[in-house]
Amino acid sequence: MTEPLLRVRDLKTYFVTERGSGTARAVDGVSFDLYPGETLGLVGESGCGKTVTSLSILRLIPEPPGHIRAGSVIEFDGRNLLALAAPDLRAIRGNQIAMIFQEPMTSLNPVFTVGDQIAEAAVIHQRLARKAARARAIEMLTLVGIPDPEERVDHYPHQLSGGMRQRVMIAMALVCGPKVLIADEPTTALDVTIQAQILELLDRLQQELGMAVLLITHDLGVVAGQADRVVVMYAGQVVETAPTAALFDRPLHPYTEGLMAAVPRIDAPRSRLVAIPGQVPAATAWPSGCRFHPRCPYAWAKCTLEEPPLLDDGSTGHAARCWLLQEPARRTRA
Amino acid sequence: MTAPLVDVRDLVKHYPGERGLLGLGRPRPAVRAVDGVSFAIAAGKTLGLVGESGSGKSTVGRTILRLQQATAGRVLFDGADVFALGATPLRALRRRMQIVFQDPYSSLNPRMTVAQTLREPLEIHSLAAPGEMDARLRALLNEVGLDPAFADRYPHALSGGQRQRVGIARALSVEPQFVVCDEPVSALDVSVQAQVLNLLADLQQKRRLTYLFIAHDLAVVRHIADDVAVMYLGRIVERAPAAAIYSAPRHPYTHALLSAVPQPDPKAAKARIVLAGDVPSPAHPPPGCPFHPRCPHPKKNERCRTEVPALRPVATGHFAACHFAEEPM
Repeated sequence: MTEPLLRVRDLKTYFVTERGSGTARAVDGVSFDLYPGETLGLVGESGCGKTVTSLSILRLIPEPPGHIRAGSVIEFDGRNLLALAAPDLRAIRGNQIAMIFQEPMTSLNPVFTVGDQIAEAAVIHQRLARKAARARAIEMLTLVGIPDPEERVDHYPHQLSGGMRQRVMIAMALVCGPKVLIADEPTTALDVTIQAQILELLDRLQQELGMAVLLITHDLGVVAGQADRVVVMYAGQVVETAPTAALFDRPLHPYTEGLMAAVPRIDAPRSRLVAIPGQVPAATAWPSGCRFHPRCPYAWAKCTLEEPPLLDDGSTGHAARCWLLQEPARRTRA
Repeated sequence: MTAPLVDVRDLVKHYPGERGLLGLGRPRPAVRAVDGVSFAIAAGKTLGLVGESGSGKSTVGRTILRLQQATAGRVLFDGADVFALGATPLRALRRRMQIVFQDPYSSLNPRMTVAQTLREPLEIHSLAAPGEMDARLRALLNEVGLDPAFADRYPHALSGGQRQRVGIARALSVEPQFVVCDEPVSALDVSVQAQVLNLLADLQQKRRLTYLFIAHDLAVVRHIADDVAVMYLGRIVERAPAAAIYSAPRHPYTHALLSAVPQPDPKAAKARIVLAGDVPSPAHPPPGCPFHPRCPHPKKNERCRTEVPALRPVATGHFAACHFAEEPM
């Protein structure tokens, strides 16, 4: 079996809240592996900790108020990123692990041309000279499918449409040929026809360049189409992990099951949506026992008291943080 | 057939082009946000108005309610000409037509409690005597699924879903017949989105409401709309009963839009039609069919580049604006 490229173990990222109302345990013991060349989908709703997880991997968490707790491990190519000195980390960040963000307007610098921004990482990490940097930027613009790259290279972000900006973001991230691309909601701000273009582009680039992708999204449709494996997060924890087909075939965690029933679909007969009651709890006060129990249709006394570990269901790579895996007979709604 | 409750005819909204710095230079071309939109909604029904950013769908909703001044066209509400009304009859009419906004964060006044927010429209329209106000507020909150204890909270102490429930309660407080729902669930997480969609469906049943449901998400619209109209660059390019538009779209844009929606099913064949390019600017719409520069239709020809296709019936209740709409796709 191949070794994982990125190993996350027991990651805990906490934030001290203002006015002393407690500590927000935004990411609270997250573990997963990312293998070479695969796409791993990290799914969850607002506040589940998926973005904080991705920022923690690159140590982009502002400290204070945040801090990554001792004992957390983020291992890339055999080295713990959390223990690296700043210069060593910089040699990896933007070079071997790159990231694209949700909002292409706010994550591009408005006062530099797109060419300068794309080439910046190559100038820093590969010491490219000016002329070579410009040539590389044009090459990257061609790669991400921007028409007239020789002209566009001198444009500023405001001269580009939302879809074009996201292509520029992708070009920036890929300029050094990273082994890992972290894509945080890369299509959420885009219209559906532009989203289709960007997803198609990511597919093609992954095939051509062979990088591993950690795809963070709230959209189960995007995950179903892009990911090889999926990690579902809820309340700062991994609640289910599975190969994509298995997850959609047979969701084990009641939260995953609930999410799937709540998604409106265009391919199924029109029917009333099954909503998950209540809302995501606050990160300063996760519920006792299983963190999903207040919203769970199956919960019984044990769920309110004891926190379940990730339990295997016997099939390869499919596990869920739910006591139902030990007592499947209780999977009947009250 | 009974007259529709809302009848929109040739609605046009152009934003005048601004001159450059200091008012010098030539004026820029007008932005044709809405360019001749017509539809009707029968009482108790929902029309889903679908389109991407910049298609003009929100502008349609706002001009119907006269929150923005239309450039041309007519809107008949229960027979009354909305654009011709003076201030007093307009206020009376506004009680019957309400709006729920997309962003529950910016559409509630942060300095007003939930009770103050809900009380204001009741007072303006003198709909509740002071003695019965509290009972009215409690009933409203109950109806939208909020505990009456929320009455004294400020918006910052509410979640997105709870705020949207307050926005719905505010719209319903004056007992309207018609509600424009402008992307009411797109800021919400999936699990909460389903709650709010179900709430809107229940309220419609109970109060026999008529909705104009504006959204970019075709799957969401499918769950609530009886009829669907698809907008592109300020025009309706297709309009049909929901079942027909999802199973047999006649316009290539609708077809591409449907195929591009990611399905939560890994086994679903990836038959997405990827349209090239971006939506053109409504200040410079292409000549001919506005969709022709991106259109993947195999029969696209010179006519598409020069002649605007008319929105015309292609099947019972099914209208499409494509030169090839009569042929199966």
